[in-house]
Amino acid sequence: MSRRCLWIYVVLGYLFLYLPIAVLVVFSFNASRFNVNWEGFTLAWYAKLLTNANILAAAKNSLIIATVTTVLSTILGTGLALGMHRNSSVLGRLTELFVYVPVIVPETVMGISLLAFFVLTNIELGVTSVIISHVAFCAPFVALIVQARLEGFDDSLVEAALDLGATEWQALFRVTLPIAAPGIVAGALLAFTMSLDDFIVTFFTAGPGSTTLPLYIFSMVKFGVSPEINALCTVLLVVSATAIVAYDKLVRIRD
Amino acid sequence: MAVFPQLRRQRSKREEPIGEIPGGQRHRAILLMPGMIWLVIFSILPLALVVVYSFASRGTYGGIEFKWTLENYARLADRLYLAILWRSFLFAFATTVLCLVLGYPMAYAIASSPEPRKNRLLLLIVVPFWTNFLIRTYAWIIILRGQGLINGLLMHLGLISEPLRMLYTPGAVLLGFVYNWLPFMILPLYASLEKIDRSYIEAAMDLGAQGRYVLTKVILPLSLPGIAAGCVLVFIPALAMFAIPDLLGGARTMLVGNLIKNQFLSARNWPFGSAASVFLIVAMLLALFIYRHVLQRAQGHG
Repeated sequence: MSRRCLWIYVVLGYLFLYLPIAVLVVFSFNASRFNVNWEGFTLAWYAKLLTNANILAAAKNSLIIATVTTVLSTILGTGLALGMHRNSSVLGRLTELFVYVPVIVPETVMGISLLAFFVLTNIELGVTSVIISHVAFCAPFVALIVQARLEGFDDSLVEAALDLGATEWQALFRVTLPIAAPGIVAGALLAFTMSLDDFIVTFFTAGPGSTTLPLYIFSMVKFGVSPEINALCTVLLVVSATAIVAYDKLVRIRD
Repeated sequence: MAVFPQLRRQRSKREEPIGEIPGGQRHRAILLMPGMIWLVIFSILPLALVVVYSFASRGTYGGIEFKWTLENYARLADRLYLAILWRSFLFAFATTVLCLVLGYPMAYAIASSPEPRKNRLLLLIVVPFWTNFLIRTYAWIIILRGQGLINGLLMHLGLISEPLRMLYTPGAVLLGFVYNWLPFMILPLYASLEKIDRSYIEAAMDLGAQGRYVLTKVILPLSLPGIAAGCVLVFIPALAMFAIPDLLGGARTMLVGNLIKNQFLSARNWPFGSAASVFLIVAMLLALFIYRHVLQRAQGHG
């Protein structure tokens, strides 16, 4: 009996999680612009998306920013992880502390601090300032993921390579990096999604020409409900759902 | 449990005190440097700047004047701003409690289900949380607004003649918060519930403990690390959020995140906004301190 209650509860819980999203998707196909009444199926809102230059520009900005951010934060983050792994020097400890900053400091505060910094240093707000800011919070997350991967790794392998005459850098490229590779890939994927998804830090650090998709959605939603937003959100939902399934498959194949 | 890797790291350090490969120090520093330079310039310095600004004064045209003062902090104690801080705490606290109460049974059900179904249920928790939170918030606007789904249905059924005011209320903000962070609570809860050795529960039952007793004396204490982690993951971002109150709330749901945003963007009182930010960071550190304390106690009992 109590078991059945639990399962009814769980089903209600999943309904709570999915119903709002389902409503959003369904109404993206509704012919009526202003009503909740169903007035027939249409793809008109999707067609409108394709001709909306603002959305396309925002999507382009988002992709450019996320790509550059991913490359930079993967390189910097991996370097941080390799450098702080089993490093008990002052520098190593300091790195571990700094890497936790974006985990602890709320995004709103990170956003305003970067805004204050860019204004003080006369760095113009735009795509560059957004990329700089995204790397500042993505690189630490890459570092944490790569470090977690290195945590379970047997250091005697590196020592063996060194004993056999490899140089430090050879040991790094031939032994440590291949072992850390799955962590690096996972970190890069996380950096890409975090950058693509970020609203709060971007909100404070973007300029007029660097509107990203989340910023665009925010301004549209503030303006009011419209079926175009539903269509745009549905497209993004499909993209992220596909990405998760693909990632899941990828991980499963490797294991 | 989260503390285990640290324990392991300490032990391995003791076993092989060299642990550090000879000469490795220099090449580690080289690996670290680019990232560290980036973090120092674009993460640490900006935060330090906010701390400095919080002691500065506002210039006549909204600029910064470097006349040092504690006035910005004193202003936080004004009745108006104290009310905002208190409200922010209440919202974050209520969100955490609601997520815990709603999420615990779900996490428990997922953790105790058989293998293939378990993974699928877990994936279903994660999927909505991979979409942008603005999209998830927007979905609630469609449902709650005056000509929204609920009002439309109720009016269609003839239960109400005037649309109910649901959007732009504190309740809408709380709903948006809970909806947004529920997965953040369920995942760590699941992780700690899943690790509980079934034989503990069986032992308690064999010794005659009843269902409720097993839950409060065995399962709950053993899942304490997950509860603590979930609470931190919900409470900290909820305390600083400004976008959800902006979209779902009205004038009465101004939270500290909105306050900071307004001071920086519209009011242009950066020193005061900075003081509120420093206050938030201190609150986060306090929350993390409590979290560590709870975790250590849980470990001590375990």
